[in-house]
Amino acid sequence: MKTIEHQKTFEEPGYLKKIFTGTGDFIYFTSRFFKEVLKPPYFLKETIRQCFQIGYKSLPLVAVTAFIIGLVLTLQSRPSLVQFGAESLLPGMISVSIIREIGPVITAIICAGKIGSAIGAELGSMRVTEQIEAMEVSAINPYKYLVVTRVLATTCMIPLLIVFTDAIGLYGSYTAMNIHSDIGLQRFFSEALNHLGFATGIIGCYKGYNAKGGTESVGRAANAAVVSASLAIFVIDMIVVQITDFL
Amino acid sequence: MKGKMYDYGNVNESQPDESLIVEMKNIHKSFDYVEVLKGVSIRVHKGENLVVLGKSGSGKSVLIKCIVGLVYPDEGEVYVFGNNISELNYRTLNKIRVKIGFLFQSAALYDSMTVRENLAFPLKHHNKKLSNNEVGIVIDEALDNVGLQDAAEKMPSELSGGMSKRIGLARTLILNPEIMLYDEPTTGLDTGTAKEISELIVHLQKKNKISSIIITHDMACAKITADRIVMLKDGMIYAEGKYEELAASEDEWVKSFFS
Repeated sequence: MKTIEHQKTFEEPGYLKKIFTGTGDFIYFTSRFFKEVLKPPYFLKETIRQCFQIGYKSLPLVAVTAFIIGLVLTLQSRPSLVQFGAESLLPGMISVSIIREIGPVITAIICAGKIGSAIGAELGSMRVTEQIEAMEVSAINPYKYLVVTRVLATTCMIPLLIVFTDAIGLYGSYTAMNIHSDIGLQRFFSEALNHLGFATGIIGCYKGYNAKGGTESVGRAANAAVVSASLAIFVIDMIVVQITDFL
Repeated sequence: MKGKMYDYGNVNESQPDESLIVEMKNIHKSFDYVEVLKGVSIRVHKGENLVVLGKSGSGKSVLIKCIVGLVYPDEGEVYVFGNNISELNYRTLNKIRVKIGFLFQSAALYDSMTVRENLAFPLKHHNKKLSNNEVGIVIDEALDNVGLQDAAEKMPSELSGGMSKRIGLARTLILNPEIMLYDEPTTGLDTGTAKEISELIVHLQKKNKISSIIITHDMACAKITADRIVMLKDGMIYAEGKYEELAASEDEWVKSFFS
């Protein structure tokens, strides 16, 4: 009986190589979204279902958090301003804080925790139970059905949640009737729409979609989705603040 | 031994064979720096049931994943209906995939959908002109074929292992594939249910006149389903023949499967 030995020798990649490979993979994964989003089929029903899951089902959590933050921020700021006789500045300061910074960032962080982890775990679970492969072999594009629909939903829903957070937060601080903000609605939307929602969705999808191994990888994917998305939100926020200040 | 020992890399390429629907030539594949497949060549003809036997980790599942383009070989070529899978673009590959059914080891039912939705999903995606009524009729027929007419509204989590496999089979067959790939169809099932699934595979194969590649290490399944058996050992084909031929083999490793 003939036997053939084909044992090849390989070198383990270095840490830096892994970082570059991971970055390259993520850039490819993200750029694929822009390619796939324009091409049919559009899976409109699934996108609407995801909007409901991501938007509507996050409302209670976002509302409670926003109300408490608005209330606490007002209570904590008031004594300092009273000392300087600047109590009249309180409504404007709280409004600017909530609308420009706290509302978007807190909402995005909550969404990264709730939605990012849910997407990471769901797609990770689908990966390890071969559901994504099943979709692939049925000639259904799983990226389009699973990733594009979710990223579209987060990109559309998180800005709406931010508006909701702002409203509830302002109500919580009893300043809703005295807004003196210098930020335009259009600029606010472009900031939120383009960055925070998209980042949460794409990172959650990337971590879940590329989960490898057994069931423990589902937890890893969910965890990585939250951590990476939260970090990305802070980085994006910092960059956006610098840009808007410059403009 | 009566089953022939495989002549490595010696695939006969002299005449184009029209009945040939899957041809794998000298496939090599590595994962994480471990070479899983080391030059496997396989041919499957129209209407044939080929069983690929081997122990866990011998590369059986990777082999059939190469056929549907879920995994691409590092070396070698995979031809399905005469098309080299590695050279196809995504759209053309999907046209080929519609003709291939794949039953996963875990059945891989979409767990957020009911059984009916699981079956409707690929059907509606590839037959957009079908009315809801027509989709319903096709689904009922598919469920009838696997003997699970009453399971339509159940969620996958409510199904037993055997039922999940049957539904997975129904979902796969709903697109009328010309080739069926089964990845360990009887793993995790009790003996009785495993026999039922094996008999169902043969019944559906005869009814729909499709070719099958069945990956298994279950000898009872192999005995019921195989027209021909290929045995994989350490990523290479070790032996090939009919069930009876291999069962009569004197080779110790081959005998270990049949004892």
